[in-house]
Amino acid sequence: MANMVRRHTTSARLWRAGLYTLLIVAALVYLLPLVVMLLTSLKPLDDIRAGGLLSLPSTISFEAWSKAWGAACTGMRCNGMSGYFLNSIAIVVPAVAISSFVGALNGYVLTKWRFRGANLCFALLLFGCFVPFQVVLMPMARTLGWLGLASSTSGLVLVHVVYGIAFTTLFFRNYYVSIPDEMIAAAKLDGAGFWRIFWRILLPVSGPIITVTVIWQFTQIWNDFLFGVSFAGFDSQPVTVALNNMVNTSTGVKEYNVDMAAAMIAALPTLVVYVLAGKYFVRGLTAGSVKG
Amino acid sequence: MPSNVSAPASRERRHRRSLAGHIERVLPRLVVAPSLAVALFFVYGYMLWTFLLSMTNSRMLPQYDFVGFEQYARLFANERWHVAATNLVVFGGLFIVSCLVIGLLLAILLDQRIRQEGALRTVYLYPMALSLIVTGVVWRWLLNPGLGIQAMVRGWGFEDFTFNWLVDSDMAIYTLVIAAVWQASGFVMALFLAGLRSIDDSLFQAAALDGASLPRIYTRIVLPSLRPVVFSSVMILAHIAIKSFDLVMALTGGGPGYATDLPATFMYAHTFTRGQIGLGSASAIMMLCGVLAILVPYLYSELRGQRHG
Repeated sequence: MANMVRRHTTSARLWRAGLYTLLIVAALVYLLPLVVMLLTSLKPLDDIRAGGLLSLPSTISFEAWSKAWGAACTGMRCNGMSGYFLNSIAIVVPAVAISSFVGALNGYVLTKWRFRGANLCFALLLFGCFVPFQVVLMPMARTLGWLGLASSTSGLVLVHVVYGIAFTTLFFRNYYVSIPDEMIAAAKLDGAGFWRIFWRILLPVSGPIITVTVIWQFTQIWNDFLFGVSFAGFDSQPVTVALNNMVNTSTGVKEYNVDMAAAMIAALPTLVVYVLAGKYFVRGLTAGSVKG
Repeated sequence: MPSNVSAPASRERRHRRSLAGHIERVLPRLVVAPSLAVALFFVYGYMLWTFLLSMTNSRMLPQYDFVGFEQYARLFANERWHVAATNLVVFGGLFIVSCLVIGLLLAILLDQRIRQEGALRTVYLYPMALSLIVTGVVWRWLLNPGLGIQAMVRGWGFEDFTFNWLVDSDMAIYTLVIAAVWQASGFVMALFLAGLRSIDDSLFQAAALDGASLPRIYTRIVLPSLRPVVFSSVMILAHIAIKSFDLVMALTGGGPGYATDLPATFMYAHTFTRGQIGLGSASAIMMLCGVLAILVPYLYSELRGQRHG
């Protein structure tokens, strides 16, 4: 249709100008919160009180960042976000690894070793993508208590693995469906068994889907708040819960710059992943949501 | 050397091979079995468990003397639940419609062979990578009347400018809509853009040859063929709306008062802080019903679509 428009040049030029203006204004609106967050985190408190959300800092100071990282109060404690940041890492790494691996195996079996009831099995697993987690909170709290995992990092890893499998299975299944069965049949004729086919034939071609799955799971688990606030103890709270506590701590002077720096700290890991691997992030979103 | 193999050895080997074959046959099932067991227990079992809890009089701790549907009666007589349910309809409706409109508009604009399209797309979509807690914290800062947008615009000389929705109990629910739309509309844009790209270019050219104007092409040809995308977007957005919890906690905390309570925050408050596990479980089951109410028609039409086409 661009060809069609190009015939009348002046109106076409106006139309293109309007188009770009609209798109750029929209982009600015989307960027505004991030810009304000960053600016505020770099301002001294006096600048903030003087008003002007978008005014540039009189002096750029990283004091708020270092306070948010190491000394700001979240509820009763004043150790900053660092400990909670590490908690999040301790939860995310095993949970992502285990759920992705299990999902890969499930996807492999459900496409290449189909047994009777495989479809039903997949459908049963898939419902885990939809269940509102409020339905599982109370029973999960009881179960974690019985298992001796209440308020622990391992408990949160378990929760994230359990409710992540539905998504990871979906991702790998949809990817492995497109790998020709003939490859598997040929390998079987050559005497390759279940594991050998998985390690030697499927995994080597799984690069893209592993990336998509790991990014999806990482984003989901890093950004989780509901499970963290429901099941974590003081020593295992993830960064999102700590951020919420910090912002809601009402004692003392409200330090907006520290709040914003803390928000940046909590947001940076997923933002960096998004900027570096946006393509895979989007693919995960659409795969996880459209089909899920 | 086959000729050298004695009879018992070969029998044993055959036996071993069949044992190996047997393991090989059940191995796939064995591999999936733990996941299935986990799903049966942690998803279906828990749904049943929560349903049972919703039939009891549990308060601080779960206990199991059954009172039938009494908690549901209490729930529907509960003023705060009414606020939460009404809020969900208002929030969900506005959120879905705004995301669809903005997402579609941005997608159509971006589909005009734009330079730097990739960069723009990245900008529209980045909020989706953020935690809703971060989104809530940022928007709470932007929307606070004292130092946020209101103060900024007043600082520009519009002394009477008022934008204090965050602290106005009639308007606070709309702040949730603003923040949620900011977060999710870029995602809807991505879905629509993918949909637009899958439309055959020859359709456009044929319509253009027939002398159809650009708006006409969009309303008559493009929009109808985007129906499946609209459908799945609505379904995803509705799902996000029903589950919305983080954003409320970070942006309004459910306040002022309980003016911005949603079912998810109602459930959390009653189950974990107010010692009303029975009532909280009943509200959780209602949320499940809400999800099923949008999921079942969706799956039905998806499956039917597959069968027909």
